[in-house]
Amino acid sequence: MARFTSRGKIRSVPKLAPRIAGLMTMIVAVLITAALRLYYLQVIKHHDLAELADRNRIRIQRMPALRGLVFDRHLRPLVDTRPSFDAVIVPEDAPNLDVTIGRLEKLLGQTGFSKKIDDADDEGRPDYEPVTVAERLEWPQVVALEAHQLELPGVSLQVTPRRHYLYDSLAAHLLGYVGEVTVKDLNRLPDYRMGDDIGKFGLERSWEGTLRGDSGGQEIEVDSIGRRLRLLREIPERPGNSVVMTIDLDLQRVAEDAIGERSGALIAIDPNTGYILAMASHPAFDPNIFAGGISSSAWRELTTDPSHPLENRVTQGIYPPGSTFKVVDSIAGLMDRTMTTSTSYYCPGGIWFGNREYRCWRKQGHGNVALHRAIVESCDVFFYDVGQRLGVDRIAAWAHALGFGKKTGIELDNEKTGTIPSTEWKEHRFHERWYPAETLSVAIGQGYVAVTPIQLAELAAEVANGGTLYKPQFVKQIDALDGTVVKTFPPVVESETRIDPQMLEEVRSAMADVVNASDGTGHAARIDGIEVAGKTGTAQVVKEAQGARTKETALPDKYRDHGWFMAFAPVDHPKIAIACIIEHSGHGGSSAGPVVKAVMQKYFELNPPQGAPRPASAPAGAAEPVDPLAD
Amino acid sequence: MAALDRRIIYHFDWTLFSLALAICGIGVLSAVSATWGGKAHGIDPLVMRQLIWVGVGAALMTAAALIDYRSLGTYAYAFYALAVAMLLAVSVIGHSTGGSRRWINLGILNLEPSEIAKIAVVLVMVRYLREEPPKGGWGLLHMIIPALLLAVPAVLVLKQPDLGTALILVLITGTLIFVGGLDWRMLLVLMLGALLVAPVGWHFLKPYQRGRLVSFLNPQSDPLGSGYHIIQSEIAIGSGGAWGKGFLKGTQARLNFLPEQTTDFIFAVFAEEFGFFGSIVLLGLYSALIARGAWIARHARDRFGTLLAIGFTGIIFWQVAINIGMATGMLPVVGITLPLVSYGGSSLIAMMAAMGVLISINTRRYLF
Repeated sequence: MARFTSRGKIRSVPKLAPRIAGLMTMIVAVLITAALRLYYLQVIKHHDLAELADRNRIRIQRMPALRGLVFDRHLRPLVDTRPSFDAVIVPEDAPNLDVTIGRLEKLLGQTGFSKKIDDADDEGRPDYEPVTVAERLEWPQVVALEAHQLELPGVSLQVTPRRHYLYDSLAAHLLGYVGEVTVKDLNRLPDYRMGDDIGKFGLERSWEGTLRGDSGGQEIEVDSIGRRLRLLREIPERPGNSVVMTIDLDLQRVAEDAIGERSGALIAIDPNTGYILAMASHPAFDPNIFAGGISSSAWRELTTDPSHPLENRVTQGIYPPGSTFKVVDSIAGLMDRTMTTSTSYYCPGGIWFGNREYRCWRKQGHGNVALHRAIVESCDVFFYDVGQRLGVDRIAAWAHALGFGKKTGIELDNEKTGTIPSTEWKEHRFHERWYPAETLSVAIGQGYVAVTPIQLAELAAEVANGGTLYKPQFVKQIDALDGTVVKTFPPVVESETRIDPQMLEEVRSAMADVVNASDGTGHAARIDGIEVAGKTGTAQVVKEAQGARTKETALPDKYRDHGWFMAFAPVDHPKIAIACIIEHSGHGGSSAGPVVKAVMQKYFELNPPQGAPRPASAPAGAAEPVDPLAD
Repeated sequence: MAALDRRIIYHFDWTLFSLALAICGIGVLSAVSATWGGKAHGIDPLVMRQLIWVGVGAALMTAAALIDYRSLGTYAYAFYALAVAMLLAVSVIGHSTGGSRRWINLGILNLEPSEIAKIAVVLVMVRYLREEPPKGGWGLLHMIIPALLLAVPAVLVLKQPDLGTALILVLITGTLIFVGGLDWRMLLVLMLGALLVAPVGWHFLKPYQRGRLVSFLNPQSDPLGSGYHIIQSEIAIGSGGAWGKGFLKGTQARLNFLPEQTTDFIFAVFAEEFGFFGSIVLLGLYSALIARGAWIARHARDRFGTLLAIGFTGIIFWQVAINIGMATGMLPVVGITLPLVSYGGSSLIAMMAAMGVLISINTRRYLF
């Protein structure tokens, strides 16, 4: 067959058999390649691909634990958790996301869902993590969404427990609020996931570990369009424990109502335990707006408000204690024996010190005064002398012993210490020596002295109980969800200051006359049937030359002094100690006094003294002997 | 045709017949898996239809085995003309599914003319190539007619659009011309030509076809778009492991993560439930079928029989290679069915008839 072509090569007719053999060689190679590829996928890569198959079909749904409730001391709920229906989208499950979003927006009558998904993606949302696009749906919206589930692949309803504060802004600073956990928190806390609530402030924050509980989880099988088919596995969640507070809802309400629209703070403590009965700070905020995310405009409004509604004035507000500090001077002077109860000074209405006149609030002077009248009528000149005799460092030593200049240890974040000046303190702070004249200001609670209302309430409690400084506590016990008691919190003694009982009795009786004597500065807090002891104070806002006391009412509001009132009652076996400050109200006796009175009255109405079940109607001192001289 | 010769029955190719039916059996089994919706749902009507088509196909295969294959040469051009007419008809009266017009509704059967076209192209090519090639093999001028014969149905199929079938038509024509004695130099010229034409051809592809090519090269580029099919198919096959998840236990198929799971991606359904073991069994059955086809081609009495056997075996091979290559992520996604396994009456019947012709070729070598 072969022949020579013109080029001299052999050209033959192609045979079928070798061509078939060639074809078969190629076919065998291809089939072996296919077999090898199958081996690679099904044997070598099996593990990875099986995991992907499971990831395809299994959704892990975390079941956040129900957050514990918060009760008042009589087990009345203050904070609970309620279901909120939210619409969530798993973008990976929506074959056509834009269509799904369009339908959902139309159905719910809302917009901006795409942006929420983009935002979540920008924040590093993992695949298949749902994005909440609409929160707190109304019931008709919930029904509409359920009915149109099939047209909305990737969309589902999520029932989210949402924190609910039953009395809105009541005790807001104490209860605090919850918010969505931040990325920073997530790195620190392995148990939290994006979207979880975490206590941000107040009790919600400091008792986070108790309230939170442990989240559970569900493994759910879904099909390719995200429909839930069945539950594969479930780990039940453990609900958080409930917190029973020491505060009394009724008392708290009265305290807040009494402060009203003014800026101020009040704290009532049981002097025998350190349990907080009421804690009010105004202006306040509504913690409900934080649950489920606060809008940035609302947040800006809260943080830039010049009246600082987010500040808990009870523990974070620092003020000069004013004349209330004379109680510290009295204890210090008596105990250091730089004076006795009968030591008297002549008050001409002011004294000259250095080349300056330090005046008494009463221009015409008090004449000859001893301790009792000096406290009752709050004579400044008397305490200038007491202060001079003691020296600033002894005043500071006693103030520290009584709990000033340091944190009380209350379990709230960012408590302030205030300032108790001393020579050492001034050296350290200003690198300057202490001038004796400055001691005069300290003696009447002005100058560098700064305290928080809770410290002052502790002072009132110490005077009431004989010198024991309790740690202020607002949680009485922890209950499980079924009501069984998990833990109780007995009183904690921080320190005991040994104060001669007789000397303390002098201070007490003087404080009782502050309220009950006709010339007392605190008669506005007088209550029929209960002997209240107290001390007024005025915290200067603007440092004025001591001699130039401008008439308070002539000043614009923000320059007016703050009014203090500290008190305890009943005098002979005290049950309640209170400190109250009303900002820019001028004299404490007339502004803070009635607030304290209202709280006291409510307290004794709720807790009648032994043997006198109805104090309001019972005649004064029906069961308890009352000092006839007190009035 | 003469009266039935007893030798036809005596020399009937039971091997090929049983291989084809075994593969059909796997097809029915996979159809059950692909449509399974729980016990309450029961066997899907689709499976029943597939069973009927297997029955019809088996009968047709037997009938084809009894016909003298040589007579097919006589009717080759007529059959080709009929196929082209049907392709033209489908572009006019065909009904569309998923954006392409591929079917003619005949009441009991949605006829897919492109399946008929494959058989027709084989017949007409073999008819042309049964002449001995000149010395040195078929040259450029000899290829004008086959090129035209290929171009007409290929263009019609492409317009449906059905890239997969067009590709099969090209590949099977190429295979036949190669075995039929193409000049080696021509082969080189054609290969070079194909390389040059490829970039031009890119412009003629539809956007979704381009998308498939891009996502084949990088499936993760668009995991929920074009790449989705490849990824989900690989996951299904790989998650089956060595022994499979078990019959009716494939989650990828049951939860509808697989696309086109009764047709183009039926292999993934099967491989998920029966694992590497099952895949190799199926691949082995196809290999045996192809080997048998090649053996028949090698031992056919005439050039026509040889080339016809190569043509039909070639269809099986190319479809298996491309379908499995696509399901395992080795090739881009083109719509090509797994012969005898994928759901579809037209393809099943056409393939089984072709297998019948193979039996006929094998039987006839004893008759003349």
